[in-house]
Amino acid sequence: MSTKVNEFQILNADDDELMRISRKGTLSLNLDEMHAIQKHFASLKRNPTDVELETIAQTWSEHCVHKTFKSLILYSEEGKETEEIDGLFPTYIQRATEVINKPWCVSVFSDNAGIIEFDENYNLVFKVETHNHPSAIEPYGGAGTGIGGVIRDSLGTGLGAKPILNTDVFCFGLPDTPYDKLPKGTLHPKRVFKGVVAGVRDYGNRMGIPTANGAILFDARYTANPLVFCGNVGLIPRNRCDKSVEPGDLIVAIGGRTGRDGIHGATFSSAELDDTSENLGSVVQIGNPIMEKKIVDALLKARDHNLFRSITDCGAGGFSSAVGEMGEDTGAEVHLERVPLKYEGLAPWEIWLSEAQERMVIAVPPENLDKLMEICDAEMVEATVLGSFTDSHRLQVFYDGEIVADLDMKFLHKGLPQHIKKATWQPPQHKDMQSRDKITEDYTDDLCQLLSSPNIASKESVIRQYDHEVQGGVVVKPLVGVNNDGPSDACIATPIIGSEKAVIVANGINPKYSDVDAYISAASAIDEALRNVIAVGGTLEKTALLDNFCWGNPDKPDRLGALVRSAKACYDIATAYGTPYISGKDSLYNEYRDTTTGEQRAIPSTLLISAICVMPDISKAITMDVKSRDNLIYVVGNTYAELGGSHYFDIHGYIGNIAPIVRTSDGKLTMETLSSAINHGLVRSCHDCSEGGIAVAAAEMAFAGGFGMTLNLSNVPTGEDITGDDFLLFSESNSRFLVEIEPKNQTTYEEHMEGIPIGCIGKVTDSPEFIVYGLTQNCVVNSSIETLKTAWQTPLHS
Amino acid sequence: MRPKALILRTAGTNCDMETDVAFQLAGADTDLVHIQNIISGNKCLSNYQILAIPGGFSYGDDISAGILLAVEMKHKLRDAIHQFVSDNKLVIGICNGFQVLIRMGLLPGINGEKSELSQSATLAMNTSAKFECRWVELNTQQSACIFTKGIKSQLYLPVAHAEGRFTAPENVLAELESNKQVVFRYNNGKKYHSNRTEYPFNPNGSDADIAGICDNTGRIFGLMPHPERFLTKYNHPRWTREDLPNEGDGLAIFKNAVDYVKATFS
Repeated sequence: MSTKVNEFQILNADDDELMRISRKGTLSLNLDEMHAIQKHFASLKRNPTDVELETIAQTWSEHCVHKTFKSLILYSEEGKETEEIDGLFPTYIQRATEVINKPWCVSVFSDNAGIIEFDENYNLVFKVETHNHPSAIEPYGGAGTGIGGVIRDSLGTGLGAKPILNTDVFCFGLPDTPYDKLPKGTLHPKRVFKGVVAGVRDYGNRMGIPTANGAILFDARYTANPLVFCGNVGLIPRNRCDKSVEPGDLIVAIGGRTGRDGIHGATFSSAELDDTSENLGSVVQIGNPIMEKKIVDALLKARDHNLFRSITDCGAGGFSSAVGEMGEDTGAEVHLERVPLKYEGLAPWEIWLSEAQERMVIAVPPENLDKLMEICDAEMVEATVLGSFTDSHRLQVFYDGEIVADLDMKFLHKGLPQHIKKATWQPPQHKDMQSRDKITEDYTDDLCQLLSSPNIASKESVIRQYDHEVQGGVVVKPLVGVNNDGPSDACIATPIIGSEKAVIVANGINPKYSDVDAYISAASAIDEALRNVIAVGGTLEKTALLDNFCWGNPDKPDRLGALVRSAKACYDIATAYGTPYISGKDSLYNEYRDTTTGEQRAIPSTLLISAICVMPDISKAITMDVKSRDNLIYVVGNTYAELGGSHYFDIHGYIGNIAPIVRTSDGKLTMETLSSAINHGLVRSCHDCSEGGIAVAAAEMAFAGGFGMTLNLSNVPTGEDITGDDFLLFSESNSRFLVEIEPKNQTTYEEHMEGIPIGCIGKVTDSPEFIVYGLTQNCVVNSSIETLKTAWQTPLHS
Repeated sequence: MRPKALILRTAGTNCDMETDVAFQLAGADTDLVHIQNIISGNKCLSNYQILAIPGGFSYGDDISAGILLAVEMKHKLRDAIHQFVSDNKLVIGICNGFQVLIRMGLLPGINGEKSELSQSATLAMNTSAKFECRWVELNTQQSACIFTKGIKSQLYLPVAHAEGRFTAPENVLAELESNKQVVFRYNNGKKYHSNRTEYPFNPNGSDADIAGICDNTGRIFGLMPHPERFLTKYNHPRWTREDLPNEGDGLAIFKNAVDYVKATFS
């Protein structure tokens, strides 16, 4: 055995020794898994090499194989029988898509991104990834390579999609966190915020991909574990969506050189962070967007010449993951000494596992190699033949002629023992808040406070740093209105300039509701994402979803219980609305442990739902800014006294217990009917009611359009008796919208909406006043759009 | 004849596709050509009448925006470019392309540095010290610029850059004015506006609100705003609230180039 390769002595190791090996090597393998490996190698009568054990650890990592979502879960709720769930992913996510069974789903859950139909020539791919752990330690590099990675997911889907749109959702600690309250070893949320935004900006802008949709949320529990979701939409010719690998195909690596950066990223992300994690610099990758741009240029050309049969990106786990997955059904032989290195001195396992960025692997029939090399040369990209796919069903890795790993593909991909995990859920009891009507009659300050709260406040200073115009196709932009500064519900792009066919991208995320119930939080996230699609002119019929779960440690039954609740909601709501999942991802173990105090904190259970909708005719799109004086303002959908987890309760220091549920049959009918009204041209503007309820939505519409409003709460349609003006103003009930209707269309509109609870609550005024009358006809909000807009724009201005 | 436009590409170019579409809509035949293919002799500049250097981050804008591509063109394509320009052909640089033209000295091209290819002005870091993407109002100036002949007096286009602050020594600025080489100025959208335009209407702090300039022949044109991003009314940020013509403000610039070539070379 070469001096550069070591064996792990596991054959005779006891349990303590096995776990010591796992921990020392950042392998994140548990005892069951170490036993399975020990047993496998006992049957071979030898110890594994470091290359082999590292390959297995990477392949079996939570990051790569999502074992929590495949594990057998014993779920118990108080007063109910224990439920056995054989895998959250197959039971709730995959099955939902199967039940919904949309003919326009081209590829779901099998490739690097989901694929749906777009027009007669093209399909769309969509993927959202997280890059949380790296961004906690090195925000700029972590976030930049997050976006770099998800772009490669699109490029690695089918035979390669052209990236056309980026989305970003970030969750940070509170920007005003005092320095002495920072958990040990963590960066200040402002620093993380700045670094993450700059990382995404510099990578996305250099790639020439518009970043046109996103969200930024704040909660103290994200301080040690910030979340960075990066998404990418790609455009792919319909006849380039299938891939295959044939024995004899060459394994060609394209792009950047391999270095020691990003080693153990896959396994590191399956561990909790603590106050020493900041020392793990080598697990964060180093990004180079221009290298990635060159790869995109070269590979799309090679794709159009049909030069390769399969493609995947080198993400977590590097070549080990890319080659291991591509060769799963055939076998592969790789010669590591051929890998171009950034610098000398890497051990074979480091070359094999390195997560150095901007590398793709393709399967090239030998006869196409010359042409491929010619294209790569012309684009100034390095391409190297590392070996070939075989029919051995083994993963065989060589270094200088010596075999350093020889693994059975079946054991590697199927040998992981299924985990059995316990999950519990108990409804929490929070203090409830009563309507403040008895204390006050005026809610102007509450409204201003809500508009200035960091979750709601304008994100313009961030949005403007992203190029959302490049490629010339973004036609509903993230900022809309008379001064191009109102908060758009969703973005719309026309990927083919001049074509009226468009794609809508939106998102929904409500981690505050998971303090009441993760089921409600997930259901509301789906409802919100869909409302955003509907609000700009989309339809449920042509909308697909992505699920991205960011959770605490799933080995803790309460965390896992919340995850079960969330997954159940994903199934229930998606099947009711008929919107399938096409891709998704999870990032678990987002917890922080203070090694001196032993204190342990988890992030709020956070589900991001991203929605993508194909829109046949861009001319039907509308935006949220009010358009003209004297137009009528309607609330669409019933309001309930659902303020648990609301921003209104939050600014008064409460959580509450009654969070907004989703009434799917009402919600579906509301969305479908409103969508049809919009497509009939009956609606001038539409905004979804979410954070801060009717009051915030109306204020945003008014100041985005540059007009005032006079509203009256007595006409708000309600699903139950609500007496408090504040509850009507600020309840965050789902499936509701505010719309602007021209007086001449009033009758047609009302007829069109028959059967849906709607209420005309007032009108658009020329004067800049924003006035709301309460149930007893007293004035409950009296302000001006300038004042409200300033409140909204100031907090995150720079 | 159909004019032929060469859209120059290199590592980090990223507005090439929409620039390509713009020239096609204007009636030109286009070729997206990597600079390596010109240097190697595979493609020949002399077969084209229009050279477009599109936006992006050529070579990552390492060192500073556009400089590496400028140096490469200056040293490897000097003769071909001199020939192209002296054949009365057209050159347009948009955003990163403008940065390239400035850094290689093709613009402003006064005092003979066009033949020397030495730099006399610059596009510096925005006064806001950050990359910004926003729409700006532009006032079209009286100039010799071929690309803006007969164009509207008031244009609306997006900018997206970090290094767009046009600045030059006093004497260069004075000469630009007296030669009528200033093509576009940032403006606050009001008609007869003559004072210095404030941020964000002047998005980068450019001297004399300069957004675009041409050389003294009017055939070499560089600008920070992106005309190729406003080809149809749906590109406009307020198309859902304003009554707009179907054609975007930017297309006229490309049409002018095509018309000039047709009139001059057929």
